[in-house]
Formats: sequence, C-alpha cells, structure tokens
Amino acid sequence: MEGLATLAAIVAIAVLAIVIISVAKKGLPALNVDLFTQVTSTFGIPGQGGGIKNAIIGTVIMTAIATAISVPLGVLLAIFSSEFAPARLALIIRITLNVLAGVPTIVIGVFVFGLLVVGNGYSAYAAGVALSIVQLPVVARSTEEVLLLVPHSLREAGMALGASRARTVLTVILPTAVGGIVTATIVAVARAAGETAPLLFTTGIFANAVVTDPTKPMASIPLVIFQGSESPSAHDQEVAWAAALVLLVGVLIGSSVGRLLSLRSRRRIEQTR
Amino acid sequence: MATETPTQRLPLSGHRRTRYGDLALRGITGLAAVVLGLLMVALVYEVAREAWPSIQEFGASFLTGTEWNAVTDVYGARDLIWGTLITSLGALLIAVPMSIAIGVFLSELAPRAIRTPVTMLVELLAAIPSVVLGLWGILVMGPFVAQHIEPFIIDHFGWIPFLDGYPSNQGLFMAILVLTIMVVPIVASVSRELFTNVPSDLKQGSLALGATRWEMVRSVMIPQVGGGLVAAVMLGFGRAIGEAIAVTQVIGGSNSRPDSIWGPADTMASRIAAQYAGTATHLQRASLAYLAVLLLAFSLIVNLTAQLIAGRMQRRMRGAA
Repeated sequence: MEGLATLAAIVAIAVLAIVIISVAKKGLPALNVDLFTQVTSTFGIPGQGGGIKNAIIGTVIMTAIATAISVPLGVLLAIFSSEFAPARLALIIRITLNVLAGVPTIVIGVFVFGLLVVGNGYSAYAAGVALSIVQLPVVARSTEEVLLLVPHSLREAGMALGASRARTVLTVILPTAVGGIVTATIVAVARAAGETAPLLFTTGIFANAVVTDPTKPMASIPLVIFQGSESPSAHDQEVAWAAALVLLVGVLIGSSVGRLLSLRSRRRIEQTR
Repeated sequence: MATETPTQRLPLSGHRRTRYGDLALRGITGLAAVVLGLLMVALVYEVAREAWPSIQEFGASFLTGTEWNAVTDVYGARDLIWGTLITSLGALLIAVPMSIAIGVFLSELAPRAIRTPVTMLVELLAAIPSVVLGLWGILVMGPFVAQHIEPFIIDHFGWIPFLDGYPSNQGLFMAILVLTIMVVPIVASVSRELFTNVPSDLKQGSLALGATRWEMVRSVMIPQVGGGLVAAVMLGFGRAIGEAIAVTQVIGGSNSRPDSIWGPADTMASRIAAQYAGTATHLQRASLAYLAVLLLAFSLIVNLTAQLIAGRMQRRMRGAA
C-alpha cells in the first residue's frame, strides 16, 4: 500500500518532468533570434515573419492591463473584508470569491464578449478585463490571508497611539503585508499570462504585426500556441512549441518564485507575533 | 485553508477630522465589495442574455436534443453533456485515488527533507497552462498512448464493450488523461493539507494500539478528513467540467457519441471553444451561450456544495478540538 502511494507521487512528478522535457526538446530547436524579432506569419510563408514578437508584446500589454485592474481592486477588497466588514459580510465576500474562482474561464470569455466585444470589436482592453476577472480571486484571497496574519496587537497599538483606522491600515498594516501582496501579484501575473479561453473571445483575431494600441486586438502567446497546435503546418507547430517553451518557463518561474516568497514572507510576519 | 477573521471590529476613531479619513477608506474599500457583487450579477445576467434566443427556441429540450446542426439551425446538448460527464468522471476515477495516495505520501511517508520540494513540484503541475498541456497532449502524449497503451488495453480488456475499438491519438480517452493531469494537483494538495492537520495523538494512538501504517491511514486519517476530501473532489470535478482549451485540443470534436472510449467526442466547454469563431447564425451563437449558462450553473452548484461541505467540516473540527 505504501509502495502505491510512493508510486503515485513518482508518477505525478514524472508527468511534470515529461511535459517540461518535451516542451524543451521540441521548443529549443525553434528558439532563435528570429522568434523574438519577427512577427507571426500566416501559413508559414518563408521570408515573412515566423516569430512571435507581436505575441510576446501583446501578452505583456494585456497582462499588464489585467494586473493594473485586479491588484488595486483585490487589495481594496481584502482590506474591506479584513478590516471593516462585519464577520458575516466577510464570509459572503469570501464565498463569492471562491465561486468566482470556480467559474470556467470560457464562461468568463463569453461574458466579456457580450459585455465589451459585441458592437466594439476585439480589443486588448477587453482581454485585459477578462483576464483581470480571472486574477481577482487569486489576488483578493491571498491578500486577505496576509492581512489576517498581521497580529491584532499592531492594530490595537496604532489605535492606542491615537492614529485613525485609515492611518493604521495605510502606514502599519499594509507595509507589513506588502511582501504578501507582491507575491500575490506575481502569482496572478503568471496565471493571467497562461490563460487562453478569455483571449479567444476578446482578441481572437489579430494582425500579424506589432500592435500597441489597446483598443485594437493583439496577438498573444497562448493563442499562437492554440492555433499552432491545431494547424497541419509543421512550421506553425514549431512556432507553437517555441512559444510554449517561452510561456512555460515564464509561468513556472513566476509561480515558483511567488510560492517561495509567500512562504518566506509568511514566516517573517509570524515572527512579529 | 483561510484563517479566522478577528471577531471584534475596532471602532472608527473619535476625532472629526480623522473620522473622515476612516470613512473615506471604508467607503473606497466598500466600493470594491460592491463592484464584486455587481460583477457576479452582471456575469449571470449577461451570459443568460446572450443565451436567451436559444433558451426561448429550445427551452428544456436543449438538454435532451442530440442534433447540433448549424445548417438546419437545430441545437441540442445531450451528447455534449454526456461527453462532459464521461470525461470529468473518468478523470476523477483515476485522479482521486492517485491524489489521496499522493496526499498520504506527502504527509506521512515521505522523508521530511523532501516533503516541501515534492509538494511544490506537485503544485507546479497545476501551474502548467492548459494550452501547453493540450499542445503536448495532441502532439506527444497522443501518439505515444495510441501506439503503446491503447492497443494494450484493447487487447486485454476489449471484451468490455466500451473499451473495444481502434486506437486513436484523439478522443475521449485522451481528454480523460489530460483532465486527470489537471485535477490531480488540486485534490492532492488539499488532501495533503487535510492529512497534515489530523491531530497526531489520533494517529499515534492508533499506531500504539497495533495498527499498521496503512490501517492507521484507512481507519483514522481518511474518516477524519472525509468531508474535506469530498469538498476537494468536488473542486476537482468543477475544474474538469469547465476545462475548454486542453480538452478541445485532444478530444476530436465530434457531433455524436462515439462507440468506444477511443472515439472522438465533445464536451460543453470544448464545443464553445471550438465553434466560437465561426458561428454561422445568431441561434448558433446563442446556443453556445446556452452551453455557457449550463456550465455556469454546474460550476456554481458544485462550488457552493464544496464550500458548504468544507465549512461544515471546519466547524466540526473546531468543535471537537
């Protein structure tokens, strides 16, 4: 029995290793300067494009828009839930965030499509909004956890010294929790960079050129991978593997760094207790 | 999982000037909460609104209709619902025992030094973007499974009707495998947390009475965390139901039920992803939105049930402590 449990763990890690190695093996040959300096091309027409420059730029811009929306909103939500809301309301907020976290991302795509795309067309703003909805529960829950870890005695000390609630929160609580907020942001960015379904509905058709205007649709790394995986062209598949390698490395590093930092900041906060 | 909110709310400050600062902060953060509420309402409303033409046209018969035809403009989701259930339940069938085993391994069996690194590795599996998993699934795992694993199963278990067929690197089985990879980290990390929190005097007591380690796991740990495990499994189920991208990449996108587990099929989420771009008629688009409504309802029910079970379990553990 114990052997089976060990075997299960080994299989899980083996799958992780196999996926990473496969992506590396297939992606590395296609990893060259062209990948980062050329834009995407249709049907792999030689001499034209063959890279993912516009996709990288697009993903960076759209993820930035999403993070700019979800982090302030999530932090404010967490502050409300941990400092001001009565216990029952805080519980409702937590339940709602968990529900939102469980909504399939394709449904979120359909939602933002009807809200922002119909009548206005695809745009990076719409993609940013859709991605921010995916990020919001991640940011809000992690931030709330960190805020709750800050010992109550710090808040009471602030009050005892005559500071208002607002000042205590802004100058004592938040700085103590800022490490946790940063790591929550890193994890949220890693999450948003890899989401594909929301992008299908908000920036599904994009130009084979670098676009920096957020009111227009932009290429994105996940969509390049998605379209490449379904394409019969070997060239498209090659580009997809290379893009997958770039995305995988970024996302795995981001998630690991976020996880490690959060462990460390949590330990540090608990030492102030 | 989440820590307790402080049960006492400190009062707002006394002075008039500082009170305005407090009110402002409370107002702004409260506004964030209102935005959240509006978001949820808007989500349900908007998706339902997009689906309305199809809901009006087909009503409940959408759930039992088997035809999905853009030419005749007739849409029915029965085979998609079937595909969703088969792939998700199939994934759970493999993932749940595996995840519980991993949870036991990480909380009891593994040498202390490797517990944190291995836990992080298992959780890293969850961070793999689904589109990358799908790419790997269709181009690497698919051919491998079709050449080595499927023939083996067909040869030895093909007498079971549903398992008899032709190997393929797309289809229900591939979707089940991909979903399993996605569900395992979720259920395993929750199991590990649950098992780690079982009071050690319960575990030691059982061992002192002569139980083997496996007997201790089976008769003490698993019953102790039972509710939490159910909640974790439901969360994994919700994840599997909603996965669109990786599934659509590997499942083969067929319009009807396949004869065997090796044949192409489709799920609700994957159908939306596959057809979103090329909808020929308004009714088709509305029908895809109707699928989204069904997915939303499923995920709401599964999620709320999981939270209910988890909350009840937490209360019981606190009461017993």
